[in-house]
Amino acid sequence: MDDLTAGTIAPEAGAYEGSFVVELAHFNGPLDLLLSLIRDEKIDIYDIPITTVCEQFLVRMRNLALNDAAEYLEMAARLLRIKAHMLLPRHEGEDAWEDPRAELVRRLLEYQQMREVVYVLEKLGEDRRNRFARTYSQELTAPPQAPLALSLAELLVAVDRVLRAACKPTLHEVVPRALDVDGAIVTIRAVLALRQSARWRDVVRLNAEPWEVLSALLALLELARRNELSLAQPKPFADVEIKRELAGEAA
Amino acid sequence: MNSLAKLLEAALFASPRPIPAEELVALDSDVSVKDVREALEELRVMFEEGGHGVELVEQGGGWQILTRPEYTEAIERARLAVRPQRLSGAALETLAIIAYRQPIGRADVADIRGVDAGAILKSLLERGLVEVVARGEGLGRPLLYGTTALFLEQFALRHLEELPRVDELAIALRREPQPL
Repeated sequence: MDDLTAGTIAPEAGAYEGSFVVELAHFNGPLDLLLSLIRDEKIDIYDIPITTVCEQFLVRMRNLALNDAAEYLEMAARLLRIKAHMLLPRHEGEDAWEDPRAELVRRLLEYQQMREVVYVLEKLGEDRRNRFARTYSQELTAPPQAPLALSLAELLVAVDRVLRAACKPTLHEVVPRALDVDGAIVTIRAVLALRQSARWRDVVRLNAEPWEVLSALLALLELARRNELSLAQPKPFADVEIKRELAGEAA
Repeated sequence: MNSLAKLLEAALFASPRPIPAEELVALDSDVSVKDVREALEELRVMFEEGGHGVELVEQGGGWQILTRPEYTEAIERARLAVRPQRLSGAALETLAIIAYRQPIGRADVADIRGVDAGAILKSLLERGLVEVVARGEGLGRPLLYGTTALFLEQFALRHLEELPRVDELAIALRREPQPL
C-alpha cells in the first residue's frame, strides 16, 4: 500500500465499518483532530478550556472508533493530565507556577504552522503536476545510455561464454530436463525481495546446468515484461544489472 | 531572436532536468552569466508572446521548458504522458517539516506531527523527494533528512527560500503565547 498517495487509509482502519474508515482518513493524527476541534468550537488557542476540550476529544475519539490508535490514546492521556494539573490548588503569589497547557499550545501552534505550509505545498505541487517537462520520467535520474552497438557474432560469443561457464552435462545425463521457468521466477523474486538490485551470478547458482541457465534467462525476460524488474547492461559484455522495478510494486 | 537564445532553446529542449543559468554558461565560452540571463528572458518572452504550447520557467533550481497547464488534460487523455501521483496529506506534512527543519531526524518529525512517520519517510526516500544528509549527534546517531532537487522541481520552487518564511505565516501573528 502506498503511504504517500491521497486518501490513504490507515491499515488498522480496515477492521472497522465503512463510515469510520472514511472519517479516520480525514485526520492526520491527534494534533490534527485536536486542532479541528478547537476550530469547530471556536476556542481561543491561548486559553484552552481544558475540561471541555478533553471531554470533546474523548467523544470524537469514540465516534471515530480511534480507541485503538496509540497516538490518539497518548494525546487523550496528556489532556487528562493537564486537566488534573489545572485542578491542583495554586498558592497566591507563587512565581514558579507554569501553565500546564503551555507545552500543548506550543505543539499545536507548531503543527498549525506546518499545516499552513502543507497548504502552500499542495497548491504549488498541483500547479507543477499540471505541466509536463519534455523528458520527465521518474526513473530517469541519469541521462539515458546510448543503445548497444553489438554484432550478432559478439552476441553469440557472449551466449557461448555463459553456456561454457555452466558445467557440461555428462553422457549419462542425456535425459532432457524440462525448463523450470516458474521455479526460476520464484528464486529471482526471492533475491529481489531482499535487495534492490542483483546480478546474474545472484540468480543462477555456480556450476548451474544449461536448463537452469535457460530457465533463469526466460524468467528474467518474463519478469522484465511484467515490469517487476528492469535489466540493464552499461556496456557490452558487462555484468547485467537486475533492478527491482519500483513502479511495478504495489507500494 | 539572437543566436545565444536559440542555443539555449536547443540546450533546454535536450535536457531532462532544470538547468541553472550558471551551468548554461558552459554552452559558449564567450558569454557571461548576465548574457545567458538576458537571452533566457528573451526566450521566455518569445514563448510567452509567440503563441506557444510550451513555456520557459525557472524552478527546481534551474530553467526548464514545460507544457502549458491548459493542455494537460488532453495529453493525459491521449496517454502520452501521466501526471505523477498526488501526495497524501500525511506525506505533505512530513515533507513540510523536513523542508523547514532540515536536517531533521525521524523522531523530531514524529514529535511535530504527533504520529510516527517511518513508513512515509521510507516512501519519500524512494520517490527521491528527501535524502539522508547527515547523522545526528544524539543517542544512536540518528539519520538526518533533507529535501532534494527533485522536491524543488515537483513543487515548482526555484530554491528553498521561496517557501513562505515562518514569520510570514498567518499563525505567526501571535508567536508567543500570552501570559495565561
